[in-house]
Amino acid sequence: MIPISIQNWFIDAFNAIQEWFNQIINAVNGWLDQLADTFLTDDRYLWLLEGLENTLIITVGALLLGIALGTVISVVKYFAEDFKPLKPVSWLFSTYVTVIRGIPMTVLLLIVYYIIFADSNNGIMVGIIAFGLNSAAYISEIVRGGISAVDKGQMEAARSLGMSRLQGMRKVVFPQAIKNMLPAVGNEMIALLKETSVAGYVAVRDLTRAASQVRNITYDSVNPLAVTAITYLVIVLILTWLLSKFEKRLRKSDKG
Amino acid sequence: MIKVENLYKKFDKHNVLNGIDIEIKPGEVVCVIGPSGSGKSTFLRCLNLLENPTDGHIYFKGADLTDKNANINQLRQKMGMVFQQFNLFPHMTVLENMTVAPKMLLGLSKADAEARAMGLLERVGLADRAGSYPSQLSGGQKQRVAIVRALCMEPEVMLFDEPTSALDPEMVGEVLDVMKELAHANMTMVVVTHEMGFAREVGERIIFIDEGVIVEQGTPDEIFNNPQSERLKNFLAKVL
Repeated sequence: MIPISIQNWFIDAFNAIQEWFNQIINAVNGWLDQLADTFLTDDRYLWLLEGLENTLIITVGALLLGIALGTVISVVKYFAEDFKPLKPVSWLFSTYVTVIRGIPMTVLLLIVYYIIFADSNNGIMVGIIAFGLNSAAYISEIVRGGISAVDKGQMEAARSLGMSRLQGMRKVVFPQAIKNMLPAVGNEMIALLKETSVAGYVAVRDLTRAASQVRNITYDSVNPLAVTAITYLVIVLILTWLLSKFEKRLRKSDKG
Repeated sequence: MIKVENLYKKFDKHNVLNGIDIEIKPGEVVCVIGPSGSGKSTFLRCLNLLENPTDGHIYFKGADLTDKNANINQLRQKMGMVFQQFNLFPHMTVLENMTVAPKMLLGLSKADAEARAMGLLERVGLADRAGSYPSQLSGGQKQRVAIVRALCMEPEVMLFDEPTSALDPEMVGEVLDVMKELAHANMTMVVVTHEMGFAREVGERIIFIDEGVIVEQGTPDEIFNNPQSERLKNFLAKVL
């Protein structure tokens, strides 16, 4: 027979556990109610989805613009090294990179929105252009580094076979440079995604701005911000995973 | 075939070539020897304008390469070059290395270019490596591929810039054998080399360059057995 005192102890412990359990269930229920109230009332989750869509549009658009412009900048600078007529253009591009890198992204965004495109209300387009201009400066440096890391003998071999500088760049140097550039471009892509969170300054409802709007209307700070932060994190994780897969595939062609 | 007149090359304030005159006849095998830093590599690289001469003229089949309007890309198709460091394209297979330029520049179809490349690979005993990447080849194999890559453009002149200097000693022979075969097939060749044995055996004319000028030139017999100048005697005493 178990002594009474020990039986009582078990009953107390059981009650206490049941009490905690109820508290946890109540808390979860309360949280679910809060979530429903924050996101489902008035279909406010749609704001966040719209914000996510705009964030992705701006990021992808700016990235493409940045890669295109950044590649042009660095290739022109590369050719200008032995082709005198390109020198002024090269100098112009260098100044561009210096200026852009010295201006905070938010300020640049405001300049593009309120001064350059003062007549336009298309915040998304302004966002793509502003973030793209900014990215181009960084990507041009990445591309330049990637190109200059390719052995000089590669271009010489291409030229000795009769290829022009442009043909040698396209067929021989650039494909090798891409491999050098990829990790840095990946980082730039991730940085760009996160930088777009200031797009709200120019009346674009991006993910961050949408979360702020939900927060203002519901007085619920925790859930909108948590959802936003987790969303960015998940996108970054997906990008990282895609990049590492892509890099592995590129490396395979090297070793055969 | 190649005529060089009064060739000067300056790097910043440093004079590397100080007036070189030479004429190379079709089918001739010319070996260029000299101490390191003598300008012999720069001389070779000037021949296909990988280095821009500071002054002087280079004529290839009558066309002045140093003329501003010369179509240097077209002229280079006829001048193959082999480098000390091979410079194979690491992102392409052996076959792609060889066919990329003929397809792009000569307008060969993929099948024609590959047939031509395979024929050459067979000649140098590397047909089984057509699908390999350069990183999978030994140094000697890489250099043999580099030679046939240049040959794939069917050049009229082959320039060799110290083709065996980066090789392990046991691989020098296989590369020199390919070059010998090429010489016997009547290819015009200009070879910058430290391989005195090769120069003596295959070279029809030896050019000794020191301090940016041709100090002495002649047949292998004249150069190696009967050197005239003190500088050549000193050089040969060190390398032989």
